[in-house]
Amino acid sequence: MAAISREEVAHLARLSRLAVTEEELDMFAGQLDVILQAVAQVGEVAAADIPPTSHSVPLTNIFREDVVTPCLTPQEALSGAPDAEDQRFRVPRILSEDVAS
Amino acid sequence: MTTTLPAYDEVVARYEPVIGLETHVELGTNTKMFCGCPTDFGGEPNTRVCPVCLGLPGSLPVANKAAIEAIIRIGLALNCSIAEWCRFARKNYFYPDMPKNFQISQYDEPICVDGYLDVEVGGETVRIEIERVHLEEDTGKTLHVGGATGRIHGATESLVDYNRAGIPLVEIVTRPIPGTGALAPDVARAYVTELRDVIRTLGVSDVRMEEGSLRCDVNTSLNLPGEEWGTRTETKNVNSLRSVERAVRSEMLRQASVLDAGGRITQETRHFHEDTGDTTPGRSKETATDYRYFPEPDLVPIAPDPAWVAELKAALPELPRVHRRRLQQDWGLSDLDMQSVLNAGAVELMEATIAAGTTPAAARKWWLGELSRRANETGVELADIGATPSQVAELQGLVDAGKLNDKLARAVLEGVVNGEGSPTEIMTNRGLEVVSDTGALTAAVDEAIAANPGIADKIRSGKVAAAGALVGAVMKTTRGQADAKTVREMVLERLGVQG
Repeated sequence: MAAISREEVAHLARLSRLAVTEEELDMFAGQLDVILQAVAQVGEVAAADIPPTSHSVPLTNIFREDVVTPCLTPQEALSGAPDAEDQRFRVPRILSEDVAS
Repeated sequence: MTTTLPAYDEVVARYEPVIGLETHVELGTNTKMFCGCPTDFGGEPNTRVCPVCLGLPGSLPVANKAAIEAIIRIGLALNCSIAEWCRFARKNYFYPDMPKNFQISQYDEPICVDGYLDVEVGGETVRIEIERVHLEEDTGKTLHVGGATGRIHGATESLVDYNRAGIPLVEIVTRPIPGTGALAPDVARAYVTELRDVIRTLGVSDVRMEEGSLRCDVNTSLNLPGEEWGTRTETKNVNSLRSVERAVRSEMLRQASVLDAGGRITQETRHFHEDTGDTTPGRSKETATDYRYFPEPDLVPIAPDPAWVAELKAALPELPRVHRRRLQQDWGLSDLDMQSVLNAGAVELMEATIAAGTTPAAARKWWLGELSRRANETGVELADIGATPSQVAELQGLVDAGKLNDKLARAVLEGVVNGEGSPTEIMTNRGLEVVSDTGALTAAVDEAIAANPGIADKIRSGKVAAAGALVGAVMKTTRGQADAKTVREMVLERLGVQG
């Protein structure tokens, strides 16, 4: 059984706002399947007593003090932007979706 | 929609509402959640940004200790358990209000869980259960241009300012609140008010709804008695305490009219409109984004030291509910009276007025009388009415000193609310001071006696109660600018009668 279906790849592409052709869907679904199957081999050696790992370093509570540090200038901030207007990043219109929070 | 809405009483007689609230609070830390950029409100666009909050390649976030401390204190004040270990998560979505294409948030491991907040509504205590309190970063501000101003629909371009992106944001989520019936809108408002007061007491945010440092989403559903809970809608853009109440009420009415017509409620996001007081549909939950949460690899887990948590708990300030009970005793108010002070949003205003030297009775009279009436009429919060506690205290001081009588004081207060200046300035500028010139008053008293010989005779013969008519006459000639008590004493004295 494939590790990822063509429909899942299409769904991910839509979430990522990527326009993918039918041919590309076939190609990526195949490639991603190979990658996921390879990664899945890790699961075969993971014993029940090994918890899933999210961080490679065994650290907790790395905090910074609440002290202001210098910011970029607006010119610096916008220097890598594809487009700017009124000192703001200018991006194409967003389809009818809401902000996250 | 042109359908006529049913009456509220009919709706609550037929349906049971269930509400739920998600509240976002911007913390008042000096710096952002994961970088050292300042957090002050306003500022020129993109002047408070750095590689971390712009999500530039190679930058690494580090959690702000003051924000972690603040959320633990909020959790403790809301009677939550504090997680011994939790992680941040990436919430992935493609919308330019976050430059990284994800927001750092918390998912299945919030830092505070299972709390409650008791609120008082209609003389009863309602326990609102808190499901979770978690930490995330605020988004940038988008400005839509090219179409109808500020609206997404029709816009061709968006302009983004990331000054707000990365400001620590605390999200407080209640469990569903059933069983409040007709009081559902009041419960929603009372909860947000109490939550705001708790957070303000902790000093971790300025919790100003009009500036967006306290924002609220309101979930509402209706069901028939004895049946399962209905499909809920989530109303966003609720920007004042009054709107919280109005949003619940308006959604209840709208949903009832849909259900009455045999329709079904769509699970969706709706937007509240301050001007009309109703809601319009936004994003449908059926096409809701799949956020693909996963643990944030760039931030290590948080494991608050239990000793630190215990220390923070011991150092919590007196919370508003306890504080109010103490004030109620000090002020000598009944439960009902205290509830009306609370409902009017006058607790802190009265407290400050009393601290400035006014008696509790006088402070209550102004804030719950004249000023509350005006706030209701104009639809503004009492705290924003335009009169400050020190001005009210000054006004009462003028009354106590005999310079203003009740009627004149009301006129002066009107001037204060209209922004004409301090009570003393208004009194002087508008010539509203009580006539205390004895010569002028004596003349007015003598004139009243001469003009009403019959009444004067009655008083002389011992019918002291008749003096009221002469006092009235004097008040009329002095255009209300005399102290009625003084006038009465003078009338009796001139007629040789003991008061």
